[in-house]
Amino acid sequence: MPLQIDGKTYETDEEGYLANLGDWTPELATAMATADGAELEDNHWEVINFLREYYEEYQIAPAVRVLTKAIGKKLGKDKGNSKYLYELFPYGPAKQACKYAGLPKPTGCV
Amino acid sequence: MAEAAFDTPAFREYRVIPKLREGAMAHSRPFVAKPDFQEKLGFPGELVDDWERKAVEKMGELNKKYRSLQVFLDSCVKCGACTDKCHYYLGTTDPNNMPVARQDLYRQVYRRYYTFAGKHFPWLVGAKDMTKDVLDQWYSYFHQCSQCRRCSVYCPYGIDTAEISMAAREVMDHVGKGQKYCNEIIGKVHAIGNNLGLPEPALRDTLEGLEEEVLEDTGVPVRFPLDEKGAEVLLVTPSADFFAEPHVDGLIGYGKVLHRAGISWTFSSHASEAANFGMFIGNYENMRKMALRIREAALELGVRRIVFGECGHAWRVAYSFLNTLAGPFDFLDPAWPVPQHICEVTHGLIRDGRLRLDPSQNDDKVVTFHDSCNIARASRMGGEPGGQFTIPREILRACCNHFHDMPAETVREGTYCCGGGGGLLTDDLIELRVKGALPRMEALKEVVDDYGVTHLVAICAICKSQFSKVLPYYGFTMDQVISLHQLVGNALMPGGESGGESNGESSAAETPQPQAA
Repeated sequence: MPLQIDGKTYETDEEGYLANLGDWTPELATAMATADGAELEDNHWEVINFLREYYEEYQIAPAVRVLTKAIGKKLGKDKGNSKYLYELFPYGPAKQACKYAGLPKPTGCV
Repeated sequence: MAEAAFDTPAFREYRVIPKLREGAMAHSRPFVAKPDFQEKLGFPGELVDDWERKAVEKMGELNKKYRSLQVFLDSCVKCGACTDKCHYYLGTTDPNNMPVARQDLYRQVYRRYYTFAGKHFPWLVGAKDMTKDVLDQWYSYFHQCSQCRRCSVYCPYGIDTAEISMAAREVMDHVGKGQKYCNEIIGKVHAIGNNLGLPEPALRDTLEGLEEEVLEDTGVPVRFPLDEKGAEVLLVTPSADFFAEPHVDGLIGYGKVLHRAGISWTFSSHASEAANFGMFIGNYENMRKMALRIREAALELGVRRIVFGECGHAWRVAYSFLNTLAGPFDFLDPAWPVPQHICEVTHGLIRDGRLRLDPSQNDDKVVTFHDSCNIARASRMGGEPGGQFTIPREILRACCNHFHDMPAETVREGTYCCGGGGGLLTDDLIELRVKGALPRMEALKEVVDDYGVTHLVAICAICKSQFSKVLPYYGFTMDQVISLHQLVGNALMPGGESGGESNGESSAAETPQPQAA
């Protein structure tokens, strides 16, 4: 199910996660969100950018507590919890946010 | 990211056997593993030439290797006792999800090639050739069995559909048709050490964050050590415990218990996974390779005990197979069973008065307990029969004032699977997972209505993730599932001002528990 944006084709897996991390651009994230009927606002971008930074350093998406702590620092303590992250990404921060950030889907018993 | 269109089953007023709907789930099949995932596990990348013959040969080989399988294939008398015992049948009403019918998908091919009647009069005994249609049906319906073994409890012959499902998946992998979810994960364990693919630096960073968090919440410097040589205990836990909620609160609970008991312990980055998906695909070699990582880590770190965290099938593999897969463990301290479950450790400490618990810390909750299938029906805890049922409940009662069991036929040996076990915890099977959760959700609804139960307590990473996902489909909220050791942690080391290091320290030695029979 390749992704078509601005005349370019990007390879994805069965669930629409980018096959090549390097293909990612902010425009792609916006296009993926639009396809899901979602709109990316500043706070979404804070999460997406943190996911990408963390992935670059550790080659894995951050664990939920690592993510909530980082978001709490950036956006205020009241937002540093998974309830808020689920408000931003109703299909789950680990899965939906990772997809928009161009990261592979987390695997395992999660 | 639209969810697949399907209806969540309605709660039934009367729990009668549902009417059959032929082919209701014939469309359900998980993503197929790509060649890359297959080859890392030693399987062919895609469906091989002459796969029909190779599949049949493999079936014969498995019958020789696993005598139980041969007995299960020969002994079914079609009495029908199992038909309404499967949560997937109850939730989907597809006749192929009746355990006997699922077994017969395999048995019909076995008959054709390995029994006299099937070889000569296949039409008389329901024997079938191995064809592409049969393979497709196998792929669909052997990925609609969570290998929970509930049907085997009610079978007068003790036929275990789980073993037949494992055999079918092994045959399919052998000819090049594997499931993406399981096989990608097993590849990550071989390469990195855990299902998530969480490398050592990320694991270390995550654990350091948890130390800060617990110190901030409780004022107690609980440690989450990694790769510390000379520790007494190697704690092996599902990697979801590091990564997800509500799992991580259970992991924090293990840390609090071990801290209070003064037991030195460590995680290992080499064996950073308790789960062993080799069992789900019925493949001994992959299961063994993963189990050996635990042995290697234990030797490398020089520990004296191995303890497993909250994970259902991990405990089955650990309790039932670890010694033959990766033993002998003669280098460990013989005073302790090998391996131990964290519940056994916590239970022993409570029994010996080593943990001062304040159950009122959990007074905001009314809890019930979900027995995980692999713990309930494929293993034991402690030295007494039924310990796997009594030990978690005794822990619960020690740390919660409000506990109510779900209806008797839905707990203990008769427990219903969460709907996501056996390698099916993947979004491409969400319809099956939601429908398969129906019987458990109905049982939960009863205690919610009758006793005001607020939380479902689990001791398995798969159950916890599955419930987080499916509870909302049934009108509950995702945060109503919690880890047993979260409750222990709350009662042991509450957050806020009542916390602190002075609570319940003890210098008495831990008493070894009796070896399991």
